[in-house]
Amino acid sequence: MRVIHHPILNENRQNKKITFYLDGEAIEAMEGDTIASALLANGRKVCRYTRKNNEPRGIFCSIGRCNDCLVTVNGIPNVCSCVTPVKDGMNIKIQKGNGEWEALT
Amino acid sequence: MRKVNLVVVGAGPAGLSASIEAAKHGVKALVLDENHKPGGQLFKQIHKFFGSEQQMAGTRGYEIGTKLLNLAKEYGVEIKLNNRVIGIDDHNTLAIIDNHKYSEIRAKKIILCCGATEKPLAFPGWTLPGVMGAGAAQTLVNIHRVVPGEKIIMVGSGNVGLIVTYHLLQAGVKVKAIIDASHKITGYGVHAAKIKRAGIPIILRYTVNRAMGTNQVEKVELIQVDKSFNKIPCTQISFDVDTICLAVGLSPSTELARMIGCKLYYHPKLGGYIPMVNQYMQTTIEDIYAAGDMTGIEEASIAMEEGRLAGLACAISLGYISDNAQSQKALENIRSNLSQLRMGNGKGGIING
Repeated sequence: MRVIHHPILNENRQNKKITFYLDGEAIEAMEGDTIASALLANGRKVCRYTRKNNEPRGIFCSIGRCNDCLVTVNGIPNVCSCVTPVKDGMNIKIQKGNGEWEALT
Repeated sequence: MRKVNLVVVGAGPAGLSASIEAAKHGVKALVLDENHKPGGQLFKQIHKFFGSEQQMAGTRGYEIGTKLLNLAKEYGVEIKLNNRVIGIDDHNTLAIIDNHKYSEIRAKKIILCCGATEKPLAFPGWTLPGVMGAGAAQTLVNIHRVVPGEKIIMVGSGNVGLIVTYHLLQAGVKVKAIIDASHKITGYGVHAAKIKRAGIPIILRYTVNRAMGTNQVEKVELIQVDKSFNKIPCTQISFDVDTICLAVGLSPSTELARMIGCKLYYHPKLGGYIPMVNQYMQTTIEDIYAAGDMTGIEEASIAMEEGRLAGLACAISLGYISDNAQSQKALENIRSNLSQLRMGNGKGGIING
């Protein structure tokens, strides 16, 4: 759920809508979103599954320190989704384990 | 390799204040920050700050952030964003990842203002998506304008727990309850009163027993604790929640100081291991200074004064101001501001999140 009205902060005026792809599925986001906040706004809380036990992980610190919310972006794995702005046409993959460097192959 | 007089690591309240103070005296300060926006955590602080008027009390955190950025611009402080300092060698060379590329800068003086990181709390299920720092929830609602969940429980009744609960309320989500293992509310009474007036219960002497859910948090089980924080059997209660916010304190980010070999000491009230600093905010290594939360968890207003102290001390030590009675008096003024801010709380009075 997005916060539109706020007693202190400005009205959250609808920014330009953009589309990114999550494991191939087209998802709408707003310009200025981080990957993590765009996923959350669309009700997606899982960013990756761990290497050893395949456990889900999501946002923990939201300031790029804890590395829990890693995703694969345009073929580059281990991108901190909470501090990376989402861009129109971005290909994002919910990361499995260490991910794969598709950009290099 | 680029050579500069002063590098400040971190563009939060301490780092900005340090660079502004140094620049006021003619030192061209270069600030490096790993984030894509400056201001550290100031821009998510939408409440008014405490303290005296001189330290910008009564002003909201993000307004202070804007003020500092304007001042930095006015005094010609250079801020490089997306610049993560990954190491510093014995000759004050900083190893930097500058927008995904490696680079090096050498500085005569370095002020570390690396801030702090939220402490986690380990319990079965604590890695499930939906368990997050209270600061993370605050970033989400106030910066990214997305709520972390619809049914939230807050762990920790310190100032961070109370304030973030209020910020969530302002964003349109009523936290189900605040819990704390302590037998009394650990934050300021004024914040707690606001929460109580909003009808949010504060449950004391309870901790999290476990979080349950398959792909994300669906339920939290709490358990009562005794005075020594031991769990009391058969006292579990559970809530349907989708988010568990942890406001259980902060740890100073001392990685760089540790790496260079600054002496650290343990101060539980200030958040754990912190670098030793003298009355100039100088660490045990001559050219390395430290200020703000990384030298002990206190408030942003204190971080700003510590930053100013370090910035001024560097300007003196670099020879931009002569070390005379006048400059000593300027240092003394900042120190007196600091002791005023700490009065009533004692050093590190606000530590419990």
